[in-house]
Amino acid sequence: MLATVVSWVLGAAAVAAGAGVFRVDSMARATFLLLGSFLAVGGELLVLGLDYLGVLVVLMMTMEMVIMAVFMIMYMMNPAGLTPMSMVHNRRGSLVIAVGTFAALAAGILVAPWPPAAGRPPPDPTVALGEALMGSKMLVMIVLGVALFATMVATVVLATHRGRYDRYGDRLDRPRPDDPVPGGVWR
Amino acid sequence: MTLKLFLLLAAALFSVGLYGALSQQSIVMVMMGIELMVNGVIVGAAAFWRHASPAHPDGQVLVTVAVTAMAIEMAMGFAVVTAIFRARDVDMTDMATDLKG
Repeated sequence: MLATVVSWVLGAAAVAAGAGVFRVDSMARATFLLLGSFLAVGGELLVLGLDYLGVLVVLMMTMEMVIMAVFMIMYMMNPAGLTPMSMVHNRRGSLVIAVGTFAALAAGILVAPWPPAAGRPPPDPTVALGEALMGSKMLVMIVLGVALFATMVATVVLATHRGRYDRYGDRLDRPRPDDPVPGGVWR
Repeated sequence: MTLKLFLLLAAALFSVGLYGALSQQSIVMVMMGIELMVNGVIVGAAAFWRHASPAHPDGQVLVTVAVTAMAIEMAMGFAVVTAIFRARDVDMTDMATDLKG
């Protein structure tokens, strides 16, 4: 009974906070509303019995959104509300597509004959997840690891302004670095 | 809550995120819409694990993949925003329409 009430409240909170993200003007408020939506979803995972994944979502999204707030404020279009402007384009078309998507998904959800639960949850789902990731689902873990490593390399390459290949040439054989401003040590 | 209600919650989160990703001009707000869509995937995968196949860990593995996809999406998104802002002073989608068909 309590779990039902909690999951209803968290579900309503998740959708309300998610909708609020695109209604507020302030980038900081939008970021923390998105965090609220993630925290509610983390709570739903806890209600469903996924203790580890629920806590993982809560901790990870808290850090992610705090970092995101910095970037949001860095790239915001309306600093301190001093230049009020519309931040949306094609609002009606987007609304039609979103409502249509929800209607199609909801129709499928309500019409499809979902199967009853096959089996019972293991006594400790975290152990089951760990054994799956290190056993039968190890390929998933390997791909995730490689993807995260590729992300680290790609983000550094994209975010670097001028690296050593810009300064010393593609073969790093330039005797003097090609810098826009001359000067520095040994020059 | 039943499986259907959880899936409706997932569909609602996904649709709200889709609206945001399509309608926002700021590139970082588009990323927030995509994150909300992945958020819906997390709810759906967890609900399927609990209400359809709790004996197998497949649903849990899918949640792990979705959480990782979210982290990768945010990191790559901000790297691309930083790169295009530095190269061309662009921070809105309407200013980067080179590939528009």
